[in-house]
Amino acid sequence: MRGGAGRAGWLFASPALVVIAVFFFLPVLAALVLSVTDFDLYALADIGNLRFVGARNYLRLFETPLFWKALGNTLLFVVLGVPLSIAMSLGTALLLNAGVTRLKGIFRTALFAPVVTTLVAVAVIWKYLLHTRYGLINYALGWFGIDPVDWLGDPNWAMPAIVLFAVWKNYGYNMVIFLAALQNIPPDLYEAARVDGASAVQQFRFVTLSALAPTLSLVGILTMAGYFQLFAEPYVMTQGGPLQSTTSVLYFMYEEGFKWWNLGSASAVAFVLFLIMFAVTLLQFYVARRWSRA
Amino acid sequence: MRPPAAGLLTAALLAVLPACASQSSDEVVLELWAVGREGELVSQLTRDFEASHPGIRVEVQKLPWIGAHEKLLTAVVGDAPPDVAQMGNTWIPEFAAIGALSQLDEEIAGSRVVAPADYFAGVWNTNVVDGRVYGVPWYVDTRLLFYRRDILAEAGYSHPPRSWPEWREMMGTIQRRAAPDHFAVLMPLNEFEPLLALGLQQDEPLLRDGGRWGNFRSAGFRRALAFYVDAFQSGLAPKVTNLQVSNVWDEFGRGFFAFYISGPWQIGEFKRRLPDAVQGAWATAPLPGPDGPGASIASGASLVVFAGSPHKQAAWQLIEYLSRPDIQLRLNALGGDLPPRRTPWNDPALASDVHAAAFRDQLERVEPTPSVPEWQRIATELYVIGEQAAHGRITVDQAAAELDARADRILEKRRWVLDREASE
Amino acid sequence: MSRRSAAITINGALLAIALITLCPLLWMVSVSFMRPGEASSFPPPFLPAQATLANYRELFAQTGMGRHFANSLFLATSATALSLLFNVSAGYAFAKLAFAGRDRVFRVLLGALIIPGQVAMIPLFLMLKQIGLVNTYAGVLIPTMANVFGIFLVRQYAMSIPDELLEAARVDGAGEVRVFRSIVLPALGPILVTLAIFTFLGSWNDFLWPLIVLGDDKLQTLPVALAGLSREHVQDSELMMAGSVVTLLPVLALFLVLQRYYIQGLLAGSVKG
Repeated sequence: MRGGAGRAGWLFASPALVVIAVFFFLPVLAALVLSVTDFDLYALADIGNLRFVGARNYLRLFETPLFWKALGNTLLFVVLGVPLSIAMSLGTALLLNAGVTRLKGIFRTALFAPVVTTLVAVAVIWKYLLHTRYGLINYALGWFGIDPVDWLGDPNWAMPAIVLFAVWKNYGYNMVIFLAALQNIPPDLYEAARVDGASAVQQFRFVTLSALAPTLSLVGILTMAGYFQLFAEPYVMTQGGPLQSTTSVLYFMYEEGFKWWNLGSASAVAFVLFLIMFAVTLLQFYVARRWSRA
Repeated sequence: MRPPAAGLLTAALLAVLPACASQSSDEVVLELWAVGREGELVSQLTRDFEASHPGIRVEVQKLPWIGAHEKLLTAVVGDAPPDVAQMGNTWIPEFAAIGALSQLDEEIAGSRVVAPADYFAGVWNTNVVDGRVYGVPWYVDTRLLFYRRDILAEAGYSHPPRSWPEWREMMGTIQRRAAPDHFAVLMPLNEFEPLLALGLQQDEPLLRDGGRWGNFRSAGFRRALAFYVDAFQSGLAPKVTNLQVSNVWDEFGRGFFAFYISGPWQIGEFKRRLPDAVQGAWATAPLPGPDGPGASIASGASLVVFAGSPHKQAAWQLIEYLSRPDIQLRLNALGGDLPPRRTPWNDPALASDVHAAAFRDQLERVEPTPSVPEWQRIATELYVIGEQAAHGRITVDQAAAELDARADRILEKRRWVLDREASE
Repeated sequence: MSRRSAAITINGALLAIALITLCPLLWMVSVSFMRPGEASSFPPPFLPAQATLANYRELFAQTGMGRHFANSLFLATSATALSLLFNVSAGYAFAKLAFAGRDRVFRVLLGALIIPGQVAMIPLFLMLKQIGLVNTYAGVLIPTMANVFGIFLVRQYAMSIPDELLEAARVDGAGEVRVFRSIVLPALGPILVTLAIFTFLGSWNDFLWPLIVLGDDKLQTLPVALAGLSREHVQDSELMMAGSVVTLLPVLALFLVLQRYYIQGLLAGSVKG
């Protein structure tokens, strides 16, 4: 019987494993190989034009100003977007979880709706919302006496505009996670704190936040990992502009690979991004562990 | 055969026959990819082509300009290109380098319609790579001055500038008289065309040694760069991108700027979108050069046949049809596209168009961009560095040196490939 | 703060946030019914002066959105079917069938989750080109037939199936396939729905891969067509909003009907991970 189950196991699992091996792991390995060659249009025309260049693609990247700009843009997006998104998610989750909240289900659906929408479709909407003259956002800003901002035309404001859009689209996702975690906090903890004389703020700090710590850490890591992969928003809304201010690392990779067909260089960018994300994730794990031990 | 089986066979045949009939073995289906506005207009021309060429059907696929280059390259690399495509002529060296395009020398030699001598030399040469022809120009798209005659007249000038010193002087006078927040010239910082045009006016080529090295440190290009940067530093041009100008026709109509460097499509746009009060007050003029009328960019689109196409003969017939002077005039009537050959220009419709006249003049002095596959990439660096210089973050000499450094790096593979081919 | 004023504040805040969050979507619907050019005026209108279906008519007549809608529907449905086919049996195997190296392989799979998909994209494209699958539906579908997240989801859920149930069936002489069909699949019901929703939505919303693989406009999916359209028709906001409505309607409808399963899947995927 054991042997039968074992064989059945491989039988059941192998179709999926084969697909993943052939169409994911194999290309990833191939990308690694590509990244140490100078595969480009010349090589596509005549494979004899291919050279093994070792780490040169990687080193060249560090000499490419646009790569650093893309990295900077992506970091700006992450630094602005992740805290904003988490704050928004946590805030709305807390509101939803409050005892006095009515129509929880409807509110949750409404706040979550942007998450399932097709990115391109809503990016198109936001492109018009952000229009300098006819957009609702500048119109609303006008109510507060703020001059119209050229969101998508001014190199200084394009990335903040994309941050705004991304946060709007994504915060519902983490909100649901926080909500589930909040609902799992035993009410006796709050009861005990109240009995000890803790104020609402103190209850929040010592009960809520500490119970949420592992979720916060997880959400932070997931959100950061997602935000590092910024691509579709610049592609649809700004084409990496104006003046390359919204070119993210992945957008840079897309242009290297599918606009200029420097496939070797593009693969190097992909791996550098992966390494950066890996390092940042490890860092977050480390920080989270230090923090929870403190 | 037993009845049920016979019935089944008959049914099967009947089911298959209509499918056979609808696709006659003689009919050729050409796939044509057209871009932008021409994508929408060309179907009107291809319908007449189909009528006069029974047996050939043309399926038009429209691409927007943004992303068309990627789409075409991806299609070629993915072994799924169309038969014929409209292609920006600056892309031709790139596609020729990867062997994507069919050489058209034989067809042209045997054609009565496509006569190379009738085409403007600068435009024709954009389709020639290593002495072979890879495309036929379809329409031209050069850049020259659009200007407000009334603003110039108020400043005391009765004719457009014909040289750089004259132009500089006019811009200076206009700027001094202009209201605050108004400028003499609009050159959007995210476009490389103005700087490129100025660079092409110089005697020195933009790349040297057969396109192996950048030549931006030459005296000529530095002069062009200096002129360009000076316009921004002296407050003659606003330091904005074309995205920050919310409606360029509105602004031009309000006199926000007096000079605008743009292309043929603006003639139609200006006629359509400028306020009536200003309709009689604008004109076009050829680009002034360093010491007299100057050159401009020989851009535009060509029609190409892809190397992998199984219908090369039919494809050539389509290209011939679209290259006929009368058909080119129709395209002009439909969309304002300017013909790349001289014959259609003699037609009264075009000959009498006052705004197009400047283009006719300029077309005799257009220069192709360097014929290297990497040119698109180098052109991008032009506006990136140009913008930094315009803002004064780097000097002209630093900008020229940086442009050369970047161009040299981009061209490194080309040097290696050329050396390798030479040594074989 | 009294309970009543707290209730008003909190509910009021939620209402405001909900309205602001939904505002873009509501505005999209409103603009899609406006006359061409109506939305490009200042102050921006909230409601159409006179609702018209002109944009939708033009959308389907001129831009061929109907075709793209059908393409997206076909691809999303096929992707869902394929995903169920490949991921469910694998998820069950990793949960309940002991085979050599099972846990080590699973850990490797989990590691794959960290690698961004875009790393594989370029070589995958070249690979498809070699097989001749560029510009085909198969090229879009095949690489996504199985994925680690789907296997993970199913595995999580399958672990909760009592072993005794399976053992009893085996003792009765049922083969593994029989056990899978008659006991496991019915037990996995809810997670199958979740997986189906995730896959359908994922495929419908997928942008970069169809963009790269499908060159032919006739085969193209809705999001990619919409993106291309938005570059051509920058001035025609009303038409673009109609396009967005058509793209979002199925997705939002599916979500509204099945949100319980979707959120359950979301939590299963991340809380445990």
